Amino acid sequence: MSLKRPAKNQPENFEFNSSSLEAANDIISRYPKGKQQSAVMSLLYIAQRQNNNWIPLAAMKYIAKFLDMPYIKVYEVATFYSMYNLSPVGKYFIQVCTTTPCMIRGANKLVEACKEKISENESELSDDKSCSWTEVECLGACVNAPMMQINDDYYEDLDKEKTLDILDKILKDEMPKPGSYRGRVNNEPENNRKTLLELKNA
Amino acid sequence: MLKDKDRIFQNLYNDLGSDLISSQKRGDWIKTKELTDKGRDWIINEIKESQLRGRGGAGFPTGLKWSFAPKEVGSRPHYLVINGDESEPGTCKDRDILRFEPHKLIEGCLLASYAVQAHVCYIYIRGEYFVDGQKLQAAIDEAYEKKLIGKNAAGTGWDLDIYIHYGAGAYICGEETALLESIEGKKGQPRLKPPFPALIGLYGCPTIINNVETIAVVPTILRRSGKWFASLGRDKNTGTKIFCISGNVNNPCNVEEEMNIPLKELIEVHAGGVIGGWDNLQAVIPGGSSMPLIPKEKCETLTMDFDSLVAEKSGLGTAGVVVINKDQDIIKCMARIARFYKHESCGQCTPCREGSGWMWRMLERMAKGEASKEEVDMLGDVTKQIEGHTICAFGEGSSWPVQGLLRHFKNEIKRRNKFDPIIKENKNIPYLVDQHLLDKNA
Repeated sequence: MSLKRPAKNQPENFEFNSSSLEAANDIISRYPKGKQQSAVMSLLYIAQRQNNNWIPLAAMKYIAKFLDMPYIKVYEVATFYSMYNLSPVGKYFIQVCTTTPCMIRGANKLVEACKEKISENESELSDDKSCSWTEVECLGACVNAPMMQINDDYYEDLDKEKTLDILDKILKDEMPKPGSYRGRVNNEPENNRKTLLELKNA
Repeated sequence: MLKDKDRIFQNLYNDLGSDLISSQKRGDWIKTKELTDKGRDWIINEIKESQLRGRGGAGFPTGLKWSFAPKEVGSRPHYLVINGDESEPGTCKDRDILRFEPHKLIEGCLLASYAVQAHVCYIYIRGEYFVDGQKLQAAIDEAYEKKLIGKNAAGTGWDLDIYIHYGAGAYICGEETALLESIEGKKGQPRLKPPFPALIGLYGCPTIINNVETIAVVPTILRRSGKWFASLGRDKNTGTKIFCISGNVNNPCNVEEEMNIPLKELIEVHAGGVIGGWDNLQAVIPGGSSMPLIPKEKCETLTMDFDSLVAEKSGLGTAGVVVINKDQDIIKCMARIARFYKHESCGQCTPCREGSGWMWRMLERMAKGEASKEEVDMLGDVTKQIEGHTICAFGEGSSWPVQGLLRHFKNEIKRRNKFDPIIKENKNIPYLVDQHLLDKNA
């Protein structure tokens, strides 16, 4: 089990803005009547997006009222799932996969790069408070190992130097191009394709 | 090698584009009505005849699963749920289907929904795949616009709504009942079975749950006949499968191949060989991290399908092949997998919650050579205490890789761990501290 704790400094209030409200109502409409609790996961995401990448306790209370469910149930969900950030992570949140398939292709070099550029410890904001990094479990891009995720995007086929370049851009508030950093196309075997050859460059 | 024309996922590498028009050129959505006109029983029988087995890891026959759905819709509606919570280390096949072959999946949803009489289908996608999920959402919107789903979907007379539900980084939600809990807006903790979801599932209604890849191959099977699918591979292990080859190979890749393909062919031909040559191979995890590893000697002749891997005391699982060469410390690799399971245990059953951390701590020490010889047997004992004593198969998933390590690399562990316990040597090792309390994430 992973342990998660909410941040010490919490804002007093939270409310959805108009675009969040619209998105939330759209999500609720996807579930049968009376089953609006199903929307709690999506609503937590919406709150996280609105609140600079993290969810304060006030947002959980707000969502509980919004969905007419007990606050503790929202709290349970927010603490159970690892993608809800319960303390500030910065505008750019970097997640480095270090599970075995990435590990054996050198994910620890990516971690070193993060330590050099961002902060000595994981889940710690950088000096300018703009980003933080953390080690995570398998992100499901194992044939593109080692890789990391920055906010929603995957950065694949990395090594230490390329990671340092990406982090430099991030620290300059630029969003680098996602995808493979060895120039390969999606998940095809580099320079070694044996299948679907007729379709290539079709 | 499988002929290109027999590959179901022609757009696996996105040579052709994933939009509706390109997909139709590849044969998706062509005369879907003709398939549904043949009736539910025909669809289910054709899937049974194809001997398609679930692609999510357990390998349960799909046609049989569908036939468990009640024949008549009672007071409770039926649901179809697609499991796209791909989180097994070594597996990344569903991601390519979501982003490059979304219309195969959507059409499969329609045909499966029709067969099990569901009007609503939820596709559960892991939260990290948000970008790929958005690509699927774009394809769903496109399908709604062209009236391929929605009211009277594709002219079949069947109404179908498809919604995406994003997970939020919990591996356990790949377990079908945990996935249902998660859709209901709760913690993803598995339910006791029985009752099985086919009778009491989502919101207490009959629910059929299938993996993304399973559903995505359905339209092609129905078009080309179950016999065609069954002619590939071997009996009870038929058809094609997307293999994900990762780890210490020269060209890690996803490739669709026939079932029962030799492991050596997968690695040498498609993935460009092991880094440092075949002789540098140490072990292979054949089906995602929860399947026991297989040492090099057996890799020479091994074929990749459900039954031949079970015969080797491993399993095909999700067909995520992780190749580990001799440059890696095999104990460290397994310790990292144990850490994964310790992190992902949902905490519901005591043997798994406590045992997964225990295994991890022992393996970390074994990798450093700080364990005593007796502990090697104790580790085996711990795995046996977890396996079979939990609500869901996570218990097996976390203990099998450790058992695989003990089965094939016990000598190496014993050779490296000659540490005498505390009594004789006064080394400062916190045996008695529950180390998960020291976890840096805490």
